[in-house]
Amino acid sequence: MVAGSFAEAGADLELVGLHKRFPGFTAIDDLSLTVPAGSFFALLGPSGCGKTTTLRLVAGLEEPTSGQVLIGGKDVTGMKPFQRPVNTVFQSYALFPHMTVIENVAFGLRRRKVGDPVGKAHEALRLVELDHLAARKPLQLSGGQQQRVALARAVVNRPALLLLDEPLGALDLKLRRQMQLELKTIQTEVGLTFVHVTHDQEEAMTMADTVAVMNKGAIEQMGAPEELYELPKTVFVANFLGQSNLFTGPVVESTADTIAVDIAGTRIVVPNSRAQVHTGTVTVGVRPEKLSLLMENPVAVAGQNVIGPGRVIDVSFSGVSTQYIVEVPRLGSMVCFAQNMVFGPVANLGAQVWLSWMVDHGFGLADVAEQAGAKQIGTAEDLTALDSEAVV
Amino acid sequence: MAIAALAGPTVTQEAPRKKSRIALVLLLPGIFYLVLFFIVPFISLVITSLQVPSETNFGQFDTAFNWQTYVDVVGQYSTQILRSFFFALLATVFALLFSYPLAYFIGVKARRWPLLQGLMLVLVIAPFFISFLLRTLAWKQILSDEGFVVSALKALSVLGPQDHITGTPVAVVFGLTYNFIPFMCLPLYTTLERLDVRYLEASNDLYAGPFATFRKVTIPLSLPGIVSGTLLTFIPAAGDYVNASSEFLGGSSSTMMGNVIQSNFLVQLNYPAAAALSIILMAIILVIVSAYVRRSGTDDLL
Repeated sequence: MVAGSFAEAGADLELVGLHKRFPGFTAIDDLSLTVPAGSFFALLGPSGCGKTTTLRLVAGLEEPTSGQVLIGGKDVTGMKPFQRPVNTVFQSYALFPHMTVIENVAFGLRRRKVGDPVGKAHEALRLVELDHLAARKPLQLSGGQQQRVALARAVVNRPALLLLDEPLGALDLKLRRQMQLELKTIQTEVGLTFVHVTHDQEEAMTMADTVAVMNKGAIEQMGAPEELYELPKTVFVANFLGQSNLFTGPVVESTADTIAVDIAGTRIVVPNSRAQVHTGTVTVGVRPEKLSLLMENPVAVAGQNVIGPGRVIDVSFSGVSTQYIVEVPRLGSMVCFAQNMVFGPVANLGAQVWLSWMVDHGFGLADVAEQAGAKQIGTAEDLTALDSEAVV
Repeated sequence: MAIAALAGPTVTQEAPRKKSRIALVLLLPGIFYLVLFFIVPFISLVITSLQVPSETNFGQFDTAFNWQTYVDVVGQYSTQILRSFFFALLATVFALLFSYPLAYFIGVKARRWPLLQGLMLVLVIAPFFISFLLRTLAWKQILSDEGFVVSALKALSVLGPQDHITGTPVAVVFGLTYNFIPFMCLPLYTTLERLDVRYLEASNDLYAGPFATFRKVTIPLSLPGIVSGTLLTFIPAAGDYVNASSEFLGGSSSTMMGNVIQSNFLVQLNYPAAAALSIILMAIILVIVSAYVRRSGTDDLL
């Protein structure tokens, strides 16, 4: 970035065929994606899926084995971190312990010789409502305050691209919610491109315009949060993003609009448009909140899937809804969320129930659950430890 | 315990006093040691420094309050006093310049290879296994006029035909630097080994290049190591009398305060002068060190 100037607006980020191999394992495997300028993009995945490594590759803290990183159309793959128009809010905050809060925030401005660094730093601290603590040292602040200073320190530079590495991980739930809103406000106000890495699916869904679900160094599915939730395309996404009831069986009937799958004698119908595969053995599923819990066998109606009878084996009350686990013979246990429209549970433990849902609410996945279930997820701690070592 | 149980309701009040009594008992050997081997000799040194030569018994000294000795020795040995601190300063600076990259490599860069890290640390500490007198004598041999260093430098015309290395200030500063490098290196290593590289990454991310990162982040974060390393080097180097002695690397043009004190005590038997010089040396070091520690920030050091 040119010294003394701010980015006019967020820049788009493009990753082309990115690979990153560490001795012994592959962290990123042929990753390509485009993040449009000014959007809030979330990289969501379990620990060790390569999301932090992706972020470090964008920041320049890690060099890709092959592939390119483009920011605003410019290839920055060979550029050093301090030359890139990117700032990071680190998971560990990494606030300089020997400097006051205000000096921490002014650090980047001073390095780029921006005029009035202290004034701008105060402004950024006011944005995160911490200006009154400007003279403190970072270690005198609470975790949440440190996190906000880290955010101010990055945002004050108005980078074309702001990278957030699980920045809310250390906060308690209430502060987390508050910071999520603040982050979103800041992003909208200053119009920067945010790339947010998180393993918290709720956080990703509430904040981001686009969510990419990562698994084993590759992107499984990418799209708007609603789209990803309502129409997952793989077993991993269906299980990682919220909960799913999944069934696997052969396709026994195929019409112009729907396919019917035979699951141990029960027919489950899924619309063609919501199924990734239309022949052979497929895995179909439905979200727990789409299920209706019925106390007697309903009259068969077109456009409804019904399974049962099953037995309620667990009831757990969580305020707004109640979660029932229903054991259906030959189909396994299914999860059902029911809104608490009445006081107390509608079905008691051990009750015989039927479950039904609208055909339009089901989905068919591209891969088959049993195989996908064998997928192992690595540990993030290993990866982060390796990350910080590899930079030295 | 039995007594405490018998004491009944006052037990809670007794507890802190009992604790402090234990602390006192534990401190006692240390206090006793300090009084016997520091306070008493120090008072004796002060008394000696104020003594005057006995008028009746030659070679004996009578107790007096002759502070004139201090004025005399400062006048007489001002060159050696200034030289001592100048040499110590040079040795400290050279040791720091040499040790910092070494300690940084062992403590930060070599983290990925624990074996190399351990090996290099052993190499830094290994010289301690041999007496420093022997090592300094070895350097006298290496740097002697017949040694290959001098012959090589003469062949390259760096040294003239009549020049020496031993007996010159260069040899003394070299010897001091060499002998104190481990004292500089180890404290630096301990702070750099704990240096969190994520701060360096953050600095890099905030537009600071390698040099700015080193100046603004690495150095301030390793300041405790720099302060203790320089103190561990400067204080003993200022009072060192081995390197500058003519039996080792020094000569008449490189005499330091330690040599003057030694010769006053052991050769000239002028005990008051030697005692006064010792106290002056101690006082100057105390002033320099406290000013230095205060400037570099005590909270970082502690």
